[in-house]
Amino acid sequence: MDTSIKILIVDDFATMRRILKNILKQLGFKNLVEADDGTTAWEVLEGQSIDLIISDWNMPKMTGLELLKKVRADSRYSKVPFLMVTAEAQKQNVIEAVQAGVSNYVVKPFTAEAISDKLEKILR
Amino acid sequence: MDVSLVNPFINATINVLETMAFVTVNAGKPYLKSDNTAVGDVTGILGLTGVANGTFAVTFEGKCILTIVSNMFGETMESLNEEIADAVGELTNMISGQARRELGESGRVFKAAIPSVVTGKNHSIRHYSDGPKIAIPFNTDGGNFTIEVCFER
Repeated sequence: MDTSIKILIVDDFATMRRILKNILKQLGFKNLVEADDGTTAWEVLEGQSIDLIISDWNMPKMTGLELLKKVRADSRYSKVPFLMVTAEAQKQNVIEAVQAGVSNYVVKPFTAEAISDKLEKILR
Repeated sequence: MDVSLVNPFINATINVLETMAFVTVNAGKPYLKSDNTAVGDVTGILGLTGVANGTFAVTFEGKCILTIVSNMFGETMESLNEEIADAVGELTNMISGQARRELGESGRVFKAAIPSVVTGKNHSIRHYSDGPKIAIPFNTDGGNFTIEVCFER
């Protein structure tokens, strides 16, 4: 995996952003930025070059699904890989995310291995 | 209240804490809770809508949640502060998601609100449904916590 890429972590809970950062750092990723909801994530995207988005689903102002749809609809970012990491675990949620163009999906709770596995699939 | 709505929350609690905090939890005997006083120092609570309306809450003793969050972060947490409150919110969120997944497999679909967190000794938990409050105590090596499930009659 290319660990020099810049990753945007989006979650309204600082706890989850911290856990994900810890896992990503252990995997060798150092270029990490955060946002606490979809709206802030969009502002980050417009201001920086992001190589991968890891996002929660249920967030205030703009959900992860809304962010995904917005990213896929914008030619500037439509090809940015998008990993949904969420407690929304029902089959219908996964279907909805796939139809919206998600690159992969991790259900909370998760292990570090699960995150690593999905990243390898997305980034190869 | 349909008591088969409760077991998925027990299973989810065990799964979330073992996976995210590497903590073995043991469920005690469920009981009907008659008052609104929380059995601990910090509570995460969220509303549920779908085939029934209700609320789910999880209340941790202080030393218990400090141990759990220390495990989650890989560093020692020593005081009940905003970081701990945030972690309780996320744990509540994850337990709810896992429970709703299991309920969804039997055709009972629920949506959940974003959790709120309440802290302080003897704080109250308000379940807005009129149904019975089912409380399930858990113990861990680091202390105790309790989940509460309340759905409308």
